[in-house]
Amino acid sequence: MKYDAVIIGAGVVGCAAARELSRYELKILVIDRESDVCEGTSKANSAIIHAGFDAEPGTLKAKLNVQGNALMDRLSDELDIPFKRVGAMVVCYGDDELPKLRNLLERGETNGVKGLKILNRDDALALEPNLADEVYAALYAPTSGIVCPFEMTLAFAENAYMNDAEFMLSAEVTGIEKTADGFTVKTTKDDVEAGIVINCAGVYADRIHDMVCEPSFSVTPRRGEYLLLDRNAGKTVGCTIFQLPTKMGKGILVSPTVHGNLLLGPTADDTDDREFTATTRDGLDSVKKKSALSVKNIPYGQVITSFSGLRATGSTGDFIIREDEKIKGFIDAAGIESPGLTSAPAIALYIKDIVSGILPLREKADFDPIRKGIPKLASMPAEERAELIRQRPDYGQIVCRCEQISEGEILDSIERPLGATTLDGVKRRVRAGMGRCQAGFCSPKVIDMLAKKQGISYGGVKKNG
Amino acid sequence: MTRELICIGCPMGCELTAEVEDGKVISVTGNTCGVGKKYAETEITAPVRTVTSTVMSDKGKPVPVKSAGAVPKDKIFDVMKDIKSAVVTLPVKIGDVAVTDAAGTGVDIIVTKESF
Amino acid sequence: MAEKTALAIIGGGPAGLAAAAAAYDCGITDITIFERDNELGGILNQCIHNGFGLHTFGEELTGPEYAARFIEKVKERGICCETGSMVLSISPDREITVVSKAKGLRVIQADAVILAMGCRERPRGALNIPGFRPQGIYTAGTAQKLVNCEGFLPGKEVVILGSGDIGLIMARRMTLEGAHVKAVAELMPYSGGLKRNIVQCLDDYKIPLLLSHTVVDIKGKRKLEGVTIAEVDATSTPIPGTEQYYECDTLLLSCGLIPENELTLTAGIKINGMTNGPEVDDRLTTSAEGIFACGNVLHVHDLVDFVSEEAGRAGRNAARFISGEGAKEHEPDIHRVIAGNGVRYTVPCTVDTANTDEELHIRFRVRNVYKGCTITVSTGDGVIVSKKKRITVPSEMEDVIIKPDKLGAITGDITVSIEEGRV
Repeated sequence: MKYDAVIIGAGVVGCAAARELSRYELKILVIDRESDVCEGTSKANSAIIHAGFDAEPGTLKAKLNVQGNALMDRLSDELDIPFKRVGAMVVCYGDDELPKLRNLLERGETNGVKGLKILNRDDALALEPNLADEVYAALYAPTSGIVCPFEMTLAFAENAYMNDAEFMLSAEVTGIEKTADGFTVKTTKDDVEAGIVINCAGVYADRIHDMVCEPSFSVTPRRGEYLLLDRNAGKTVGCTIFQLPTKMGKGILVSPTVHGNLLLGPTADDTDDREFTATTRDGLDSVKKKSALSVKNIPYGQVITSFSGLRATGSTGDFIIREDEKIKGFIDAAGIESPGLTSAPAIALYIKDIVSGILPLREKADFDPIRKGIPKLASMPAEERAELIRQRPDYGQIVCRCEQISEGEILDSIERPLGATTLDGVKRRVRAGMGRCQAGFCSPKVIDMLAKKQGISYGGVKKNG
Repeated sequence: MTRELICIGCPMGCELTAEVEDGKVISVTGNTCGVGKKYAETEITAPVRTVTSTVMSDKGKPVPVKSAGAVPKDKIFDVMKDIKSAVVTLPVKIGDVAVTDAAGTGVDIIVTKESF
Repeated sequence: MAEKTALAIIGGGPAGLAAAAAAYDCGITDITIFERDNELGGILNQCIHNGFGLHTFGEELTGPEYAARFIEKVKERGICCETGSMVLSISPDREITVVSKAKGLRVIQADAVILAMGCRERPRGALNIPGFRPQGIYTAGTAQKLVNCEGFLPGKEVVILGSGDIGLIMARRMTLEGAHVKAVAELMPYSGGLKRNIVQCLDDYKIPLLLSHTVVDIKGKRKLEGVTIAEVDATSTPIPGTEQYYECDTLLLSCGLIPENELTLTAGIKINGMTNGPEVDDRLTTSAEGIFACGNVLHVHDLVDFVSEEAGRAGRNAARFISGEGAKEHEPDIHRVIAGNGVRYTVPCTVDTANTDEELHIRFRVRNVYKGCTITVSTGDGVIVSKKKRITVPSEMEDVIIKPDKLGAITGDITVSIEEGRV
């Protein structure tokens, strides 16, 4: 099978690129080693749409962050992605740190971030009463936002799929060969022919690159551990609270999530193990200790889960998004660490521009930019919810009691295009099992639904992978 | 010889001390009621348990069951073997016999939940 | 126009069923039980083991048999039971929003409400166990449901963390089904479950109980491969060098139950930080007028018999409230109930001695293991109840009863405390 473009990696960058390229007359295939999209770094991060004051001016990170942020309102409408522009603060602890806040402000303004201002303690407290007593001042960025990274990635994937992009999942790329008119991409499933290869392989991007190109960069996984707190704790802060950044990253943040939980993290530890997504006692302790430096009254007793993600830190310090110098038609989108989630929509456009320099792009007449998510009954106005249940009574049968997710929504998550095949897949699509009991009550029913749909026994139903 | 036991006759869990001679219980102390004495005597000479489990039904859903009386402790796994090889035909009601004379103990396995 | 019911009972488990029957017997016939599951009985349906009902029926029943007795009572009385119905919110003035497949989304106005939603298990995340998040980690109750109600044995090589009763029961259950339970690790120096369960579920099958031990690492990215267990010191901190690796495909968690009070919060009801259940008075009234609580939503019980008894009181008190009986007949004479030495919490938190004619139950848990101790209840004028105990343990709820004739003697706060002997 010959594709115009093969995208390796179904994370947010790969899926955003697939969606962007699906506007054009191209035959597209997305390959991922996992059985679902959004199984790597895209599922375990801070879920922040950064304002863009952090990256050094002139870098791709700076440019694509600010562009990506600006694209989110429209994308949220088109793709039905939960997104809230809640704003962010970077706090400092004394007069001596004020110059650092001012630096950030200037940097942000150079990058084109709107609305930045420095708040003294009182003004900051007026917005965030739970700031720690030691907080002296804060840089306020009203354009910062929060997003559901699962639904963002899924929405790109589903919309790409609707517009005829194909997906080959559970297929690990084992080799890439340059051919006369493109590439052969070998996988653990089928081998495919590609005119262009776009490498969005996250922490494995250097390995994929090196399969066919001269080594030119490396990726070091940088592990970050997080704690997620119950929705009862979600109102501890109204916006995202950062500490002053260090060279390892933006420090420990305290943030509400779009679903009303409270998120704390991440730590930052470089690792050479690309599969090391475990949490550690030290890491989780450190998240608690450091989050308390910026915000007080965090109810740590309400932690419902912890997780760890690997940032794909590139060796150049910036995003590496380019066509390989020697191997024409091989495009890297590598080193996509923070602000990668924010930048993803802009990275997709940037990739599209590179592709347009290789092939002529003709817009499809029937491209449909609209993707409708699974209805979220729990957050719907009562009238609308009642009407939907009248049409589909299974929307009235609650399966996940913590998040109030109905049988109908779970069925939708399994039956829609690129539907869930695992418990985690259902959880990422409709939040069944995402709540305070962490799937204790709903998993037997969800296992039953997945088993019936796939015609397998309970034992065959997987949690992930 | 003395043996220390925890009475399982009720949730009190009395700590019993039994004096044993030639396999016979001479005295029991620490019990707060007659159940404790009796428990110590049987537990030392011939321990028994009630077995609870599930029997598969013809409709593929398990039906909860119990042994209608206590069975010798060393027969529990034999009783389980009979329970696991049995299939009941729905509907069933509480008290219906699922297995007769489980593992030759003379004790029946009976249904504990109405199922249909 | 909202539908109406005199008494709405949220939950059709042992608490809800007993409350309904008791309220009916006090003359309230317009009762609706809302049960989120498709059958009545609640958690008892999956508790197929025996040991229920000794106090209530004088015989040992299994969970489903115990439930059946109360379901029968409710059916005999013709009480309306809406199964498959999930209550989404309750307003402080008792307006209930409920959703179901059969009847859609509705709002129902109730004269009184009894909260009987039960509890949930503490999940892995709340325990802060580090490591991977693979397939094969279940709370004991989820595994119980899978084995007993779905006929699915989730694994063959099992380690259990926490010695709560469900964990102990599942150690035996999985052994009987052919699994190998390698160990039960308990963080505390004493078990979280009933002694009889240690004997019958662990000792009988030679399953080791590792007290003062916890899981410090979980191995396996997709599927569970094993766990590391370490000994802990007196502050529950793992002791380096004591780690031991257990290969296993299943980790069950039995590390405590949490009253499920999210609905309670929607009504703005005050929650007790120690029990995680609502604060109630001696009539089991919450801080919202006409809203009562009983069973595991109020505080976690070890014995269903105690749940039924408590729920009966809630039912009778709700009936009194609805019929307006005892409403403002007396000048209230309210006394606080204080958890004194060695006592973690009490239910109730307050007593109105002018407004009760039933015997007063004070239920509580002790903070530690005490041997040869005395439970005392004292007020301003001295001790009114004194009860000697051979042993009290945190895992077993205590219940002291104050007879109605003694209530008049109460002045000032009521303090419940343990006079040691502590071990």
